[in-house]
Amino acid sequence: MKFGVVIFPGSNCDQDCIHVLRNVLGCPVKELWHKERDLQGCECIVLPGGFSYGDYLRTGAIARFSPIMESVASHAAAGRPVIGICNGFQILCEAGILPGALIRNQSLRFICKPVHLSVENSRTIFTRFEKKTLAIPIAHGEGNYFIHADGLKRLKENVQIVFRYCDKNGKAAADANPNGSLENIAGIINERGNVLGMMPHPERCSELALGGEDGLNIFKSIIQDGAR
Amino acid sequence: MKEVKITPEIVQAHGISGDEYKKLLEIMGREPTITELGIFSVMWSEHCSYKNSKKMLKTFPTKGERVIQGPGENAGVVDIGDGCAICFKIESHNHPSAVEPYQGAATGIGGILRDIFTMGARPIALLDPLRFGDPSVPRNKYIIGGVISGIADYGNCVGVPTVAGDVYFAEHYNGNPLINVMCVGQMRVEDLTLACARTPGSLVVYYGNATGRDGIHGATFASEELSKESEERRSAVQVGDPFMGKKILEATLELIQNRVVEAIQDMGAAGLTCSSCEMAGRGGSGVDIDLDKVPQRSKNLTAYEIMLSESQERMLAIVSEERLSAARAIFEKWDLPWSVLGNVTTDGLMRVRHKGRVVAEIPAEEISTAAPEYNPASRRPEYLDSIEVFDAAKFEAPDDCGEALLALLATPTIASKRWIYEQYDHMVQLNTIVKPGGSAAVLRIKGTEKHIALSADCNGMMVYLNPRAGGAMAVAEAARNVVCSGARPLAITNCLNFGNPTKPDIYYQFEQAVLGVGEACRALNTPVTGGNVSFYNENRGVAVFPTPMIGMLGLIEKPEHITTAGFKMAGDAVILLGRPATTLGGSQYYYALRNKIMGPCPALDLAAEKALQDFLLDMISQGMVASAQDVSEGGLGAAIAECAMLSEDGLGARINLEKNIHPAIELFSEEPSRIVITCRDYFASEIIQRAKKAGVPVRKIGLVGGCSLEIEGVCNLPLERLRKAYESFSI
Repeated sequence: MKFGVVIFPGSNCDQDCIHVLRNVLGCPVKELWHKERDLQGCECIVLPGGFSYGDYLRTGAIARFSPIMESVASHAAAGRPVIGICNGFQILCEAGILPGALIRNQSLRFICKPVHLSVENSRTIFTRFEKKTLAIPIAHGEGNYFIHADGLKRLKENVQIVFRYCDKNGKAAADANPNGSLENIAGIINERGNVLGMMPHPERCSELALGGEDGLNIFKSIIQDGAR
Repeated sequence: MKEVKITPEIVQAHGISGDEYKKLLEIMGREPTITELGIFSVMWSEHCSYKNSKKMLKTFPTKGERVIQGPGENAGVVDIGDGCAICFKIESHNHPSAVEPYQGAATGIGGILRDIFTMGARPIALLDPLRFGDPSVPRNKYIIGGVISGIADYGNCVGVPTVAGDVYFAEHYNGNPLINVMCVGQMRVEDLTLACARTPGSLVVYYGNATGRDGIHGATFASEELSKESEERRSAVQVGDPFMGKKILEATLELIQNRVVEAIQDMGAAGLTCSSCEMAGRGGSGVDIDLDKVPQRSKNLTAYEIMLSESQERMLAIVSEERLSAARAIFEKWDLPWSVLGNVTTDGLMRVRHKGRVVAEIPAEEISTAAPEYNPASRRPEYLDSIEVFDAAKFEAPDDCGEALLALLATPTIASKRWIYEQYDHMVQLNTIVKPGGSAAVLRIKGTEKHIALSADCNGMMVYLNPRAGGAMAVAEAARNVVCSGARPLAITNCLNFGNPTKPDIYYQFEQAVLGVGEACRALNTPVTGGNVSFYNENRGVAVFPTPMIGMLGLIEKPEHITTAGFKMAGDAVILLGRPATTLGGSQYYYALRNKIMGPCPALDLAAEKALQDFLLDMISQGMVASAQDVSEGGLGAAIAECAMLSEDGLGARINLEKNIHPAIELFSEEPSRIVITCRDYFASEIIQRAKKAGVPVRKIGLVGGCSLEIEGVCNLPLERLRKAYESFSI
């Protein structure tokens, strides 16, 4: 599967995603500059983590106006896969491609540490794997997921909640919630199921040398889906 | 515009002494303009000219077979083979952070990052050794919080992981914290770019942030003691813009990798003045620049203000006429303000124009190299003779060594720094193989088998007790830390933090510490590749502990040599390498638990240290070592407790102490040259035999196992209790 990794000014996990997709998984990867509109035939678009536009104004608020985002929106509307990681998730919410918003962590501090995620929906193109609890690190200051009551109801009805923060036994307990996210939500998909946004960084745990490979499950699931 | 008349008062207000002014007149052959006076004042400030430290800095060993670039450039560069080099440097941002902690620390990160990418290296790691006052004092708490979030917000945004640090708390840092920041970059050897303008006719190109009034006289500000008035000098503290920092980082690396620039320097301390003078001075050329071309964000800036502004995230490059269109394409790609200010000339003068007039015309090389050099008076401080000296025969033993160990683990200096490093992105770039929490950080060099180990260390109290031995100990400890991770120490960078050098007592500390650092660097074969001197670290007349911070770079040739501190397997033997303890001098046992600075500074035998480090590296390379941990603050007790807490399987140990020494001395002594290792028990006798042969004192002190730390006949502490104490402190 051919991946396209979008680079905004201030993106800083772009090269990390490219490294994993290209060098660990052996996939062709294109770098997509934010000022362009051509997705160069990429089948899956990755919006990487970082601080697009320095997170100035509001996370993702400026990046969503980049020319490339129109193409990303059409790609998503056509039902093709898009994954937004950390800042990418924030941008997808700002662009209205995913519902809800990411506000400051409850502690008002940036948090970088390994956490556990429970896989709440194994039927998405991003989560077709056996493992039900993943160890994946977070690194964000604004990862506190919020959505109004109606929106939350719809997320649940459509099984759009994909990942929840949990303890190592898979229980989504309150003290396993690192940032105050509503109902421990760590990742969601759109109604159609082709756009995933998640705060944790799967690219940071896709090699044993870095301490774990749980992140690979997600990328491999996308690749397998593309092969079908 | 009316020309300002230069009076003795104005000269004095610029921190230029009578003799210095005479020298200035000699160089100029006439009275300076106010802009020229401003230029001299920053170029000859302590911060830029090293006028009080140069003589001593020349005593450092700076050459080595791997050193590509030593002191004198923006950063040092060391060859690690495979066409790869590591560029690294440490700097201080103490004074700005004392006054405005958040911006002071943030701009410290911005500045040290620029020093690295300016050389052509991509920054791959930050380390931040910090020294704070008593954390229970509200003002200190405010400083600590501000500094940590300033570092976090800048480093996290730019996407350079903060992988290690070294944090101490002591009353001597009240009101004058030490904010040292180290950056490490990775580069191809052929990308090395120097700040040296050689080709006449080439263009002087400015890019990055526009210039404002912020930071005017920041460099002179950093060369004064802090007083009440300092707080009113907030305008001398700059404001950081990490997003612009990230953009100029990427643009600069593109400029260098595409061979667009001839030379490049960032506008750090003393801004446009320092960058243009130094580039011309180093190249033996001159520059002719027009300030009307400088992008400006305040109205009606004077020439004086433009030349002295320390607005952040600004760069100055030398570009040939032919390559200008290539440079323009990169600036436009990154939406960077840029402008051609002028060109490189042959007359050796730095000529500055503003509104159609020449406002400064100064010999560039002279101003950057002929700065005054002093030889301040030095006198052995009296306090050295009145420090209480430890006496094993009648010392204040704890009622319960177990409780004392728990109390030590809970003291802010020794306690876990998780509350700090979890605020830093320490994983971005996917190189952090050994994460914060142990001693040295280990990063992989992608595309090779190699790894680098990084550590920053200095025990300021030891330097206070004995400046020479303490200086050497800082180097030895930093080296020992990287050795414990399986790396051979290669080279250091240093940040020398001291009080007011015009006080003979302080100068003595400086001079002796520099000698000690130099001796250790020679003995351990780790040349000095650069660094920074920060004087005037005093608050209301009281100097900080003399703190020559050492940033150590080590190289690991093969991934299987990477070694960590945590216990690995039940049944492993615990072995102590190094002499039995004899003193509690300089210990946290006395400082943290008894509120006393206890002498003496323990003796350091550099030959023994070298033998110890070589021996451990040899054992690691033979695959015989399971874990290694340096004994430092908190002594053997804290070291073993940390090995247990860092064990992934939650393994404790059962330890037997030497019988003829009081257990508190054996457990809490901070004597140097001691390392705790573990190995499969069947290797133990061989390691012991080989250590003896290598002249390294050695003793098997116990076995890994269980889920508590049992020190026979002394205490038995379950791991949860250790952890609870260790994780008890945060702000």
